[in-house]
Amino acid sequence: MRAGEPLPPLEIPVTRTLIVAGAIASRDYQDVHHDAELARQKGAPDIFMNILTTNGLVGRYVTDHFGPAAVLRKVAIRLGTPNHPGDTMVLTGSVEEVDGDTAVVRVVGANKTGTHVTGTVTVTLPAGEAAR
Amino acid sequence: MSDEQAHDELGERLKEFAGRPAAVAGRGKDPVNAPMIRHWCEALGDTNPAYTGPDAVAPPTMLQAWTMGGLTGHQGRTGAYDELLGLLDASGCTSVVATDCEQEYLRPLRPGDEVVFDTVIEEVSARKTTRLGTGYFVTTRTEVRVDGEPVGIHRFRILKYAPAPRGPRTPRPRPVVNRDNAGFWQGVAEHRLLIQRCTACGTLRHPWLPGCNACGGPDWDTVEASGEGTVHSYVVMHHPPFPAFTAPEEGAAGPYAVGLIELAEGVRMVSNVVGVPYDKVRIGLPVRLVFRRYDEDLTLPVFEAVDR
Ligand SMILES: [Zn+2]
Repeated sequence: MRAGEPLPPLEIPVTRTLIVAGAIASRDYQDVHHDAELARQKGAPDIFMNILTTNGLVGRYVTDHFGPAAVLRKVAIRLGTPNHPGDTMVLTGSVEEVDGDTAVVRVVGANKTGTHVTGTVTVTLPAGEAAR
Repeated sequence: MSDEQAHDELGERLKEFAGRPAAVAGRGKDPVNAPMIRHWCEALGDTNPAYTGPDAVAPPTMLQAWTMGGLTGHQGRTGAYDELLGLLDASGCTSVVATDCEQEYLRPLRPGDEVVFDTVIEEVSARKTTRLGTGYFVTTRTEVRVDGEPVGIHRFRILKYAPAPRGPRTPRPRPVVNRDNAGFWQGVAEHRLLIQRCTACGTLRHPWLPGCNACGGPDWDTVEASGEGTVHSYVVMHHPPFPAFTAPEEGAAGPYAVGLIELAEGVRMVSNVVGVPYDKVRIGLPVRLVFRRYDEDLTLPVFEAVDR
């Protein structure tokens, strides 16, 4: 693990099921995340992914790459354009800095309309794996 | 009272919420538990083995989920937070969208952990206009504890906003036609792009001016531009969005390119570059004049990318 090292991209098909299941699994019952009609009344073209799901997917992207022994320390994200049903979000990332067993990974998730999420994830690896 | 004064007054009231508690000793509705962890992992497609089995920990990014009020509402929420949201609702900022989430995980959460949390309103922004509408960003900071021990910190930012009206398409602003440029607009009406020429020294000029920059001569005639040109320079307008300036095929209010076009005759003019995605516009891009009709009363000279 060294600074500049890219993570392989991860494609997330943004289905209606993912949006609704993610919202409910995070106990977020805001109607814009499950009710298309009410979402449209509020100015959105359709339901859209809630921030907790995006946050979870960003965390998953990093632990998928570094393995089950990796421990998330911080996840900080900012949302841009929404994730709607039918979108594909492509997560990309790279190791921004390494300090001993801890790395900061910069993550970007983009869909066809632009950048859905940007953020940084701080992750700690067990000593043996960090040295790889 | 003017609208602006009313907004300023609201802004001042909103700022006073900074530092006030939004939740005191709120309790998670359920202890950290395996079924909710499993539902989360299923929904997100997370197959990390750390989240299953007898030694399972909860996905750290579930931190906020353990504090959510769900359908029956939040516990431990203070009057201050409801008052803040109420003021925003009353001002027309009835919609909400989350924009930022920053979480710090101090130790893993395990099934059985009972979560308690305190939330403080950290900041209420000044009034902002965004693509969604106009409103205020509200930032809160939540400390999550288990048995009195801090386990995580969660900073969250929402935008409370009045949705931008989605009525009929905003028309483009009308050109300001005056004595000095009337000839230019007359030309546009005839689908001719006319460049002014000083009759004393022959210098071409654009935009139209009452006198010659080279010799000061007041007299002029015109030369019709051939329509050939190149992009001399350009900017891409991302924000704030101006739906009126976006071509319909490019979406409601997406970014658009404004070019400084160098005409073959040597003068430059500012116009839209069309027929090419905004992010494909480059210095030196060959373009050709077209007259585009934007609505019943407005046709404008713009420049289309060409293969040359
Ligand atoms: Zn002159």
